[in-house]
Amino acid sequence: MTGTWSLLRLVLRRDRLLMPLWIVCLAIAPMGYLSSIKAAYPDAASRQHFYDLNASSATFVVRNGPLYGSSVGELLAWQCGFVPVVVGLIALLTVVRHTRTEEEAGRRELTGATVVGRHAGLAAAVIATCVACLGYGLLVGLGVAAQGVPAAGAFALGLGFSLMGWVFAGVGAVAAQLTWGASGARGIGIGVLVLAFLLRAAGDSSGSAGWVAWLSPIGWAHRMRPFAGEQWWVLFLAVVASGLLVVLAVALSARRDLGAALFPARLGRATAKASLRSPLALAWRLQRGTLLVWTVCLALVGLLMGGVGKNVAETIRDNKAVADVFSRLGGGGAVTDAFLAGTMTLFGLAAAGYAVQATLKLRAEEAAGRAEPLLATAVGRVGWALAHLTFALLGSAFLLAVTGLATGAAYGTSLVPAALAQLPAVWVLAGLAALLVGFLPRFAAAAWGLLGAFLLLSLVGTALQWNDVVLGISPFAHLARLPGGTFSVAPVIWLVAIALVAGAGGLAALRRRDMPVG
Amino acid sequence: MAEAITADGLTKAFGSAKALDGLDLTVHTGEVHGFLGPNGAGKTTTIRVLLGLMRADGGRATLLGGNPWTDATELHKRLAYVPGDVTLWPNLTGGEVIDLLGRLRGGLDTARRAELVERFDLDPRKKGRTYSKGNRQKVALVAALASDVELLVLDEPTSGLDPLMEEVFRQVIEEERERGDRTVLLSSHILSEVEALCDRVTIIRSGRTVESGTLDELRHLGRITIDASLARVPDGLSALPGVHDLSTYGSHVHLSVDQSSLDDLMRHLAEAGLKSLVSRPPTLEELFLRHYRHDEPVGAAR
Repeated sequence: MTGTWSLLRLVLRRDRLLMPLWIVCLAIAPMGYLSSIKAAYPDAASRQHFYDLNASSATFVVRNGPLYGSSVGELLAWQCGFVPVVVGLIALLTVVRHTRTEEEAGRRELTGATVVGRHAGLAAAVIATCVACLGYGLLVGLGVAAQGVPAAGAFALGLGFSLMGWVFAGVGAVAAQLTWGASGARGIGIGVLVLAFLLRAAGDSSGSAGWVAWLSPIGWAHRMRPFAGEQWWVLFLAVVASGLLVVLAVALSARRDLGAALFPARLGRATAKASLRSPLALAWRLQRGTLLVWTVCLALVGLLMGGVGKNVAETIRDNKAVADVFSRLGGGGAVTDAFLAGTMTLFGLAAAGYAVQATLKLRAEEAAGRAEPLLATAVGRVGWALAHLTFALLGSAFLLAVTGLATGAAYGTSLVPAALAQLPAVWVLAGLAALLVGFLPRFAAAAWGLLGAFLLLSLVGTALQWNDVVLGISPFAHLARLPGGTFSVAPVIWLVAIALVAGAGGLAALRRRDMPVG
Repeated sequence: MAEAITADGLTKAFGSAKALDGLDLTVHTGEVHGFLGPNGAGKTTTIRVLLGLMRADGGRATLLGGNPWTDATELHKRLAYVPGDVTLWPNLTGGEVIDLLGRLRGGLDTARRAELVERFDLDPRKKGRTYSKGNRQKVALVAALASDVELLVLDEPTSGLDPLMEEVFRQVIEEERERGDRTVLLSSHILSEVEALCDRVTIIRSGRTVESGTLDELRHLGRITIDASLARVPDGLSALPGVHDLSTYGSHVHLSVDQSSLDDLMRHLAEAGLKSLVSRPPTLEELFLRHYRHDEPVGAAR
C-alpha cells in the first residue's frame, strides 16, 4: 500500500473541481426540496392528502420508494428517493475513472513504475470516493437539519446517500478488474445499478415480496427510515458489503497483470460488413453509441418529468415562488403548460449539447489523427464533415422526438411537436460549432462555452429578468413556448437560416484550410 | 507518364516557422524513392502537401499528373497512404479498418489482403484500442499494400515494427519493386532501409532539398575512404587538394578523398610504393551526416 497517500493526493488534485461540484450541487437539492415541501404543504391536513395520494400509487413508489408517513421529513426523504441512484452512479464512475481508465491510457504504468504498492491506485480511488460520499452525506445532514427538521432523521437521510456511494465505490472497484476497457467496466457497474434499482422497485411495489428490496443497496438507503424511526444498523450492512467488494477487487487485482482483465477484450469481425463503405457508414459506427446513450437518458428524464408534470399542477398552484420560476423559464398560460414548456427548454438545451458533441466529433477525429488517413482516400472533406453533421442535425431531431414522446406518454398527451419546436435553436448551435471547426479548429471547444452562455441566459437570465436584448442573444429565447404558447413560423425560418449559413461557412472554411491542424 | 510526383520550390510556413523552404522532389513512375531527412526536416509536411491535405504557400506540385490540391479526391483513388503515426478508431477492428480504407480508395485485392495479414502476423479481429503501436502500423500497411493503387505514400512506415516485421516489410517492398508497376514514396530516417530498398533518394534538410539522385550518383558526391600501407612515409599528402581527415601511423595512412581528386592521390601513393590498399565508397550514412553534422540548427516543424 506504499504510495497510497501520494496517489490519493493525485486523485484529489485531478478531481479538485468535479468533486466539490457534485457534492455541493447534490447537497442543495434536498434543501430545495425541503423548502418547497414546507411551502406547498404547510399543514398536517395537506400533507396527509399528499400521503394518501402517493403512498399507494405504484408509479410513484416504483420511482421514489416507500413513503413511510406524512411528516415533513418523511415527505422529504421520499422526494429524495432517486438521489441514492445518482450518488451510486457518481461513486462508480469516479472509481473507474481513477483505476481502469488510468490503466487503459497507460498512465498507471507510469505511476506503477514508481515507488507505489500494487494496490495503491485502487486504494486511493476507493478512499477518495468513500470519503467524498461521507462528506456529502454529512453536508446533507447539516443542511437539512438546519432547516428545523429532526437532526437524527436529517443525518440518517444523508448517510443513506453515503452508504449507496460506498457500496458502488466497491462495485466500481470490482468492475474495473473485470474488463479490458473503462467503458466495459462502466457498463458492468451501470448494469449492477440498474439491477439494484429494479430489485428495489420490485420489492417496494409488491406487498408480499417486500424482502426483495433488501437485496438492493438503494433499498438499504430507504430502509434507514429517516424521520420514521431510524434504523442505524443498516449502515453496518453497507460498510460490510462495501468492504467485501473491495476485498474481492483487491483479490482479483492481485491475480492479474497490469492491463489484463478477467474478461479479455472481445474479438470482433475479421472483415468489415459490406455496408461499411462510406463516410456516413463510418460516422454511424462512431456516433451511434453516443446518440443511444443521450436518447435513453433524456427519454428516462422525459418519463420522469412527464410523471412529475401530472402531479405538478397541484404543487405549483400552492406555491407562488415555484410558479414564478416556471413561468419565467417557459411559457405563459396554465402552470402545467409552463412547467412542460420549461421542461422542453431544458430538453432543447440538452439536445443542443448532443448536437455540439456530435459536431465536435469532426475536430476530435482530426486532432486524434484519424481524419488524415480517411481524407487521403477518395473521401472529400465536405462529404466527411456532412456525414458527422447528419448526426448533429437529424440525430438531435430524433433525440427530441423520442424525448417528447416519452414525456408525453407519462403525462398523457402528445408532446412530440413541442419537443421538436426546440430544433431550430439546437441546429443554430450545431451550425456555430461547425463554423468553429472550420475557422478556429484549435478553439472549437468554445462551442461548449456558447452553449453554457445560452444555458445561463435561459435559466438564470430569465429568472433574474435581464434585459430582453441580452436574453435575445440565446436562440432558445426566440422559440415558441410549447405547449401553451403560440407557434410562429418566422423565427423558425431565420434560426434555421442562421444555422445553415454558419454550417455552410464552416464547411467552406474546412475545404480551404490545412488538415490536420495540430 | 514518366513522373509520378514532381515538386518544384515548395514553400510552407506555420506562423513564423518555415516548414518547407523551396523543396524540390521528383519521383519517377515505377521506382521506389527514398525520402530522407531527420525529424522536423519537413517530410510529413511535404507529404501532406502532395496529398492535398495542406496547401503550399508557394511552388508547384503535381501528383500522378494532377494538381494535388484541386484534384485531391480523384487522385486519392489511385494512391494509398500510411501516416507516420497511425491511430485507429477504438471500436473498429483492424480488419474493418483495412476493408473500410480499401473500399474508400476504390478497391481491395482480397487475396493479397489475406496474404499480407498472414505475413505480417496480424490478428484482424482485435479492436483498434487494443492494438500496440506496431500492430496499428501493420493495419495501415496491410490496408495500403492490399489496395489496388498506382502509388504508395509511406511516411516512416517501419517505426514501431519489430525487426522481424521490418524484414517482412522489406521483402514486400522488394516484391513491389520487382513487379515494377507501382511507385513508392518512402519517407524514412532509417538509412539501411532506404539503402536496401530505394532506387533513388532525396535528402532534405530544414525544408530544402540538399541532395537527390540514385545511390550511385550520390556516392560520387561523397568521399572515398582509403587505408593504405606504403613502402615509405609519403610527404605532402595533406597538401593535396581534396584530401581530408588524414592520419598516418608510421608508413600506414588513413584518409578520405573527394572522387575528383582520386586520380591525383593514387599517383602520389604509387610513388611512395603501395604495399596494400583498401578503399571503401561512401555509405548513405556518411552522405547523410555530411549535411547535418554542422551548419545552422534545424528548427522547422514537421
